[in-house]
Amino acid sequence: MDMRTPLGKVRGLGSAKSGTEHFWRVRTTSVALVPLLVFYIVFLIIYAGKPYAEVVGALANPFVATINALTVIASIVHMRLGMEEIIQDYIHSEFLKLTLLVLNAFFSLLVGGLCLFAVLKIAFAG
Amino acid sequence: MANVTNNRPLSPHLQIYKFIPTMAMSIVHRITGGALYFGTLLVAAWLIAAASGEEYFNQVNWLFGSIVGQLVLFGYTWALLHHLLGGLRHIMWDLGYGFEKEFSTKLAKGNLVASIALTVLVWAIVLIVR
Repeated sequence: MDMRTPLGKVRGLGSAKSGTEHFWRVRTTSVALVPLLVFYIVFLIIYAGKPYAEVVGALANPFVATINALTVIASIVHMRLGMEEIIQDYIHSEFLKLTLLVLNAFFSLLVGGLCLFAVLKIAFAG
Repeated sequence: MANVTNNRPLSPHLQIYKFIPTMAMSIVHRITGGALYFGTLLVAAWLIAAASGEEYFNQVNWLFGSIVGQLVLFGYTWALLHHLLGGLRHIMWDLGYGFEKEFSTKLAKGNLVASIALTVLVWAIVLIVR
């Protein structure tokens, strides 16, 4: 027979350990993404459908490459945290939740890694 | 002890509330966020193709230029702009402003109108520039 009260059982199990950090990272990345994405959209407006050499030439520009890399990093962190929240909200089975959280981390890092490598390759090697 | 915690009323959820604009936009914010999550694959495909050489780049460009590709990109543009504008509303609320009922309702409706208008504007510019 468990003599602990319901409150006692759940104390310390909440998000209070890392919830603020999660919240804060979502907000800081979102603030960073506003100007970054406005730049990105303008860039895409100019270069959408343009020939290969012209697009790669523009992507190789140091300023564009830096903005591009920062946008990728901020987006990946933001989307990973967002999906984490969605998984935690809707998936109640502990095993499935854990699996999806790991897959989410892997997917985000993989996509982020590929994008970053591509951006850097274009910038350094063309 | 178990009987005490069983069948306790849970906090009210969606079905108990009247469907209102702020609620709809909250749901759309999450859905667009989820869509953007997988939409990053489009950006990744484009960047990787650009880094891989002209042949790959032209293939991806052809795919994006097809009717299905254009529709997906149009939807992606809208999801991005809608989520971006929704994010601005969230920043405003996080800073403690804009909780008045009429104002937040207006802003929720405005979010949808503005996101659609901006999407059309962006695509109109792209088509004109091209």
